[in-house]
Amino acid sequence: MKRRIFLKGSLATGALGVAASAGLIIPRASLAAWAKEAFEAKDVNSALSGLFGSSDLTASDKIRIKAPDIAENGAVVPISVSTDLANVESITIVAEKNQNPLTASFALGATALPDISTRIKMGKTSSVIAIVKSGGKLYSTGKEVKVTIGGCGG
Amino acid sequence: MSSIKLRASAKDGVTTVKSLISHPMETGTRKDAKTGEKIPAHFIQEVVCTHNGKTVLTASWGAAISKNPYLSFSFKGGATGDKVGLSWVDNKGEKDSGETTVN
Repeated sequence: MKRRIFLKGSLATGALGVAASAGLIIPRASLAAWAKEAFEAKDVNSALSGLFGSSDLTASDKIRIKAPDIAENGAVVPISVSTDLANVESITIVAEKNQNPLTASFALGATALPDISTRIKMGKTSSVIAIVKSGGKLYSTGKEVKVTIGGCGG
Repeated sequence: MSSIKLRASAKDGVTTVKSLISHPMETGTRKDAKTGEKIPAHFIQEVVCTHNGKTVLTASWGAAISKNPYLSFSFKGGATGDKVGLSWVDNKGEKDSGETTVN
C-alpha cells in the first residue's frame, strides 16, 4: 500500500515537472506550487501576503460579485466574480470569516475573460471578498452573505 | 468513468466552459458521525484548463470549494471543434483530466 502511495506521488510530481518544462504552467512565482501558507492562513491579511506578497487592497467599483444575500446552505454558496478592469492577471475569492479565509485563486491566461463562477463553502455569515490583480495592483470589493446553516462541519 | 463533466460552447467569438468535477472536497475539520474521528482533508488544489493545449486558466483551490466543484469561465476565441481540456490534482496527489470539443 505504501508503495502505491509512493508511486502515485512520484507520478504526480513527474507529470508536473514535464508540464512545467513544456511551458504548460505559467512560470509565475505564485503558481509554481500550491500556496500552502496562504491557504492555511487564518486571517485575510496573512493569506493575501502569502499569495501576493502584499495585502494592500484598493477598493474598486469595477468588480462585481454575484452571490446570494442569504445562503440557506453554507456548504454550497454560488459565487460569480467579474470585472471591467483591464489586464486582469488573477481573480481571488476570500470568505472573510472562514477558518482559512482564502478559498480560491484563478490565474487568467492571455485569452481568458475576467468572469468566473464557482461554488464555495462558508462556515458562517461573512463578507465575501473578490480580489482582482490588474497591472500588478490589487483591487477588491466585498459582499455580505448571510449563512443560516454553516458548511464547514465540526 | 471520468470525474470530470465538461461542456464548451462558442458564441460571438467567446467560448464559455462549464465543468463539474466529482470530488469529496473534505476540509479535514469534519468529524465522522459514528466514530467521532476527524475525516482527513482531501481536496483539489489545482485545476488547469486548456484550449487547444494552451493554458487559459489555472485555479488554485482551498478546501472551502464546495463538494463536487463547479467551475465556469469563458475565453476569447475558440470555434466549433476546438479542444478544451481540464485537469485537476488534489492534496493526495490524485488527479484526473478530461477533454471535450467546443460546440
